[in-house]
Amino acid sequence: MNLLLHIFFYLIFPGFVFAALAGLISGWIDRKVTARIQWRVGPPWYQNFVDIAKLMGKEVVVPGERSTVFLCAPLLGLCAAVLAATAIGLAFISPDAGFVGDVIVMVYLLLIPAVAVMIGASASRNPLASIGAAREMKLVMGYELPFILILLVIIVRSDGALRLGEIISYQASGGSNITSFSGILAFAVGILCTQAKLGFIPFDAAEAEQEIMGGTMIEYSGAPLALFKLTRAVMLYTMPVFLILLFWAGSLNTFALVGKYVLILVIIVLIKNTNPRLRADQALKFFWGPVSLVALFALVLALAGL
Amino acid sequence: MNLRTKALTRSLWVFHAALSPCNNCDIEILDLLTPRHDVERFGITLIGSIRHADVLLASGVPTTKTVTRFKELYDQTTQPCLVAAIGSCAGGGNMFRDSYNSPCSVDDLVPVDVYIPGCPPKPEAMIAGVVKLIEKLKGNV
Repeated sequence: MNLLLHIFFYLIFPGFVFAALAGLISGWIDRKVTARIQWRVGPPWYQNFVDIAKLMGKEVVVPGERSTVFLCAPLLGLCAAVLAATAIGLAFISPDAGFVGDVIVMVYLLLIPAVAVMIGASASRNPLASIGAAREMKLVMGYELPFILILLVIIVRSDGALRLGEIISYQASGGSNITSFSGILAFAVGILCTQAKLGFIPFDAAEAEQEIMGGTMIEYSGAPLALFKLTRAVMLYTMPVFLILLFWAGSLNTFALVGKYVLILVIIVLIKNTNPRLRADQALKFFWGPVSLVALFALVLALAGL
Repeated sequence: MNLRTKALTRSLWVFHAALSPCNNCDIEILDLLTPRHDVERFGITLIGSIRHADVLLASGVPTTKTVTRFKELYDQTTQPCLVAAIGSCAGGGNMFRDSYNSPCSVDDLVPVDVYIPGCPPKPEAMIAGVVKLIEKLKGNV
């Protein structure tokens, strides 16, 4: 019975089906807001669903000989992203659900989709895909440092709590983390890390369409490409929700949650639409330089109790 | 009409192959994505990789250099993939028909699904061409 319940959590709510639906709708919000900024009308709300359905019906071409790795990489990324979405969703539903240290597990789970992209791109043996994979790797090295630092800020502010549920309950009693000085600084860093994790402009060098023709995705077609798009959608849902959990979990009614989620999403889309693409080395310098310094400063403030 | 075709007609991803064109057609193709015409309303987007493409746009006259490249490009597409010949050059050679460096026309190389004539064709003409393409997918033509 317990096993069935967990399978339900993983596959339906708050796991795969819910996260994918929310993510694809968010993908539409992204495209619509982008279109409105460019004074266009933009696609209808079901556009991303149609895209996925179409890709499922297309031919799958496998380049080279490493077909198993090439075809399994998208699945690996999707499974990890859905697991992260499930754990974060369950922490909101019942704060007692998690286990000690699941914040650390989140760091790894949210990293796996990027690793899957790298594995798949390398297995395709396309020179442009390998350029994309190398850029993705540099980007990951860049944003993981400030991302872990802001998690430390949150852990310090919650008296060393290493459970997602405890972080929520600390904020429910003591007010959201974002209302403090260290919290707002770490939140700004978190937005930038989210931007990079989602591969949005200015951090989309790995998938630069005009430059390396889709980069990491260049050899993917049909169903595996649809899986990568779904992974992207699940991450687009998971990352803002994770930010809400870390920084903004003071009041948790449904309306507030949806409002906060859409607000963070629109901030991300606005950053995406008002910035040029950074080179991989520029992104690395940006994350290890100013962003990490701000995160460190936030950590010092958090240790001082501000 | 099954779900597969229906989804395909609502989400055409376009790959643009320039077979040594004079760039007028290319500029008009980009016009389709600007606010006045905005074909993203119908799910049409330009994509970077030929593996993702549902429509292969060909503009210009195939020259001896681009013939082999274009054949390779067509072999790399994932089915179903349609071919649209944009402009008079791709459609029939235009004034380069008997030129020394253009051995053939686009439809000698690959099966073409829709011809959009014009030098260059207006964006409206291209939208009309896409509508014909969709009607063909639906089996109405």
